[in-house]
Amino acid sequence: MTARRWEWAFWIAAIAVPFLFPGKRLLINEIAILALFALSLDLLLGYAGIVSLGHAAFFGVGAYAAGLLAKHGLTEPVAGLLLASGAAAVVGFLSSFLVLRGSDLTRLMVTMGVALMLLEVANRFDGVTGGADGLQGVTMGPVLGLFRFDLFGRTACAYSLATLLVLFLIARRIVRSPFGLSLRAVKGNRLRAAAVGVPADARLVAIYTIAAAYAGAAGALLAQTTQFVSLDVLDFHRSADVLLVLVLGGSGYLYGGLIGAAIFKLMQDWLAALTPQYWQFWIGLVLVLVVLAGRERLSATAARLWARLARRPAREPPA
Amino acid sequence: MIAALETVGLRKSFGALAATRDVSLRIEAGARHALIGPNGAGKTTLINLLSGVLRPDAGRILLDGADITFLPPHRRARRGMTRTFQINQLFAEMTPLETVALALSERRGLGRRWWRTLAAHADMLDEAAALLARFGLGDAMRLRASVLPYGKQRLLEIAIAIAGGPRVLLLDEPAAGVPEDERHEILSIVAALPDDVAVVLIEHDMDLVFSFARRISVLVDGALFVEGSPEEVARDPGVRQVYLGEARHG
Repeated sequence: MTARRWEWAFWIAAIAVPFLFPGKRLLINEIAILALFALSLDLLLGYAGIVSLGHAAFFGVGAYAAGLLAKHGLTEPVAGLLLASGAAAVVGFLSSFLVLRGSDLTRLMVTMGVALMLLEVANRFDGVTGGADGLQGVTMGPVLGLFRFDLFGRTACAYSLATLLVLFLIARRIVRSPFGLSLRAVKGNRLRAAAVGVPADARLVAIYTIAAAYAGAAGALLAQTTQFVSLDVLDFHRSADVLLVLVLGGSGYLYGGLIGAAIFKLMQDWLAALTPQYWQFWIGLVLVLVVLAGRERLSATAARLWARLARRPAREPPA
Repeated sequence: MIAALETVGLRKSFGALAATRDVSLRIEAGARHALIGPNGAGKTTLINLLSGVLRPDAGRILLDGADITFLPPHRRARRGMTRTFQINQLFAEMTPLETVALALSERRGLGRRWWRTLAAHADMLDEAAALLARFGLGDAMRLRASVLPYGKQRLLEIAIAIAGGPRVLLLDEPAAGVPEDERHEILSIVAALPDDVAVVLIEHDMDLVFSFARRISVLVDGALFVEGSPEEVARDPGVRQVYLGEARHG
């Protein structure tokens, strides 16, 4: 099967799942949102080589922006999503200058610091954000004026999956463009990238801003489909989770965040039912195994097995 | 006539070590200019100053008469001065085709274009493939750079620099580390470089230097020692003493 067919199969399955498991639509909605968030981090980590432990900053800005817009009268979700995403992009652009230089460690600390600051800002201005009580009174209108949100997550799930698909296709185009190529060049060898004329700083600012917009869109989806925003959207665990998701699925090929999000959420759902108090233990164990075994090695082994299986019939001598 | 590349009183020190001392050079358009000198003479420092990896403590660098002393490396590349590196600086995960296409796209100012895929730029990929074929890299153009044999990687180094469409090309020991039997490939590529490109060659291989250069500058201890035609430099008793004699026996 060619890569293109795999992609078709992936998306047909993604669209079919809500119909096959109608009782799981709320969970599927959560997976789609986490997948979009992880896709956003993949643009940074997988293509530009920027590590972040504070990506929730932009998720949170998007969530609060979408929540506040809805609360103050702009209840149409798609317009709210675009504006919220734009707000996250502005914050992303401004903070991008902090991650241009420095080692991975400085970047981890700087991104984490920005997220912590935003969390405290949201906490401090509780008159606007609702502080620790969360943002109350978010009511969403129908999507595009047509589709009302329902209790079973039918609209929510379709809306999130559609947003994920559209933004995925744009991301796919970005990473395959000359711009995307220059990002990989900066990630691969900054010295040489400069020597062929790539302005590394400008390209990193651009992708950081785009990734922030993506994270903001994910945050907006959460605010809109749950009609609630709490400080949790900016919490450190959200930044850590999304990095974990990307490590689970693998970075640098765009599908890793999507697959990782599905694995993470399904494990969480399944383990939380089995051992409500200790599910994080098992997530932690899987994470350790994945990192120690090396995802590359795991996928290389899988690819070898696959190649062997695929070759076997061809090796049979003709009867 | 305005020189393609000119330096005026260039100086650079690392602590107490003066790596470049008042170097003033003129490289004419289409020149074939070699920079030689014993190890530690400051050749690589000079190339790093010219290409913008290092900033000089004093002095000026002019490209086609325009002051580029404080331009960052990528702006110098865009203005038509590209370089190769003594130690390979390749994109390990990218193929030669992608690497050369990147250089072409940056040269054409398409590096910010995100809405069309690289695959849709067929003319650019064709040009990249043609360039790689000229460098004998046609068969290897879809392999990752990290798996290419060392000699091919050295050729790719030059191909990338050429793809940038330079008027001035800085070659930092292009044949360094290349096995004897593969060296001729590098030599013939260097010999076939376009006539309108001014080439500055840093090299230890004296056969390559004397077969290639029409003008040679000798650096000793960071300063310009002698400059002249290959015959003049070869005849110069000082040069024979500090450099050539040493190299022949070394």
